[in-house]
Amino acid sequence: MIRSEVLKTLIPIISDQLVVSNIGLPSQELHSLDDQPTNFYMLGTMGLSSSIGLGLALAQKAKVIAIDGDGSVLTNLGTLPTIANNPANNFTLLIIDNGSYGSTGDQPTYAGLKTSLSKVAEACGCDNVVECAAECTAAAVQAALNGNKMTIIVSKCESGNIKVPVIEMDAPVIRHRFMAEVTRRNI
Amino acid sequence: MSINQKIVNDFIKNKIKFVTTVPCKQLAGVIEEIDSSEDIFHIPSNKEDEGMGLCAGAYMGGKRSAIIMQNTAIGVTINTLVTLIQYYNIPLPMLISYRGEIGEPVACQVEMAVHTKALLNQLNIPTYHFHSQNDAEELDLILNHSFMAKKPVAILTDANFWQGP
Repeated sequence: MIRSEVLKTLIPIISDQLVVSNIGLPSQELHSLDDQPTNFYMLGTMGLSSSIGLGLALAQKAKVIAIDGDGSVLTNLGTLPTIANNPANNFTLLIIDNGSYGSTGDQPTYAGLKTSLSKVAEACGCDNVVECAAECTAAAVQAALNGNKMTIIVSKCESGNIKVPVIEMDAPVIRHRFMAEVTRRNI
Repeated sequence: MSINQKIVNDFIKNKIKFVTTVPCKQLAGVIEEIDSSEDIFHIPSNKEDEGMGLCAGAYMGGKRSAIIMQNTAIGVTINTLVTLIQYYNIPLPMLISYRGEIGEPVACQVEMAVHTKALLNQLNIPTYHFHSQNDAEELDLILNHSFMAKKPVAILTDANFWQGP
């Protein structure tokens, strides 16, 4: 399974949840599969999906799923100690780990070589770290949403991309409609 | 009232409830004051771009946020300021220790100081330079301005500012 196939299995589960989606193809794939005002698409700024997701989860009550990639977590590795030491039980970090920089031409990442992001997350102090095969990702995300504890999921999938259009929505529009959904869920 | 208390009081007055910090010697007192405030959630970050991500998330979650950092961080965060904070119209007050100004004991700090205002100017970020503690009288309005305009603002605080009135 490649990332877009993993995302497709997640749609029934995350469609009505607050989702922060990683820069590049992950956001474009999510946007073309199931555009929702509950999706915050990152159009730039590699690496900050998990940080935005944590800040959002700490600031309000609704559940938050941050979809990140192995390359993006590696570029912002400092995020994992911050997450571990500031737990938000409404927060799920889903790292779709295809061992490559998918948006830039599938160059290998160190997570596809010797580095285990689930072990890094555990070493950083994250309490609930689940590593799963791509096929089990939907079940893992559902379990994380059902539980009331912060969960880090590392979904191991294959490298590969599908052709999807870029997101043409303006950034302030993405933010504005997303914030309206956040407000609605916190009344 | 100490200058640190005054700064934190102005943060609270402007409903800032979420503050991330990356430490600097000049900022130690204000960070301590933030950390002990019951009105503000303090989350230290490991790098300033990470901190801006946290602030963006908190803002979208309904909590006004701010970052406290050193001017060297301008070099770290240009991409984040441009493609996240400015691109999505997110307000972000940045209380910045202006290292490398007169009174600086560490020569290397001057290297970033000489670029700090030029970079902020290039980024079209409203920038305020606090040189004496009286300058902090404007802080309340500067914070208000950031949230009104939905823009980042830079408040540069130099060694003279932190040493006294």
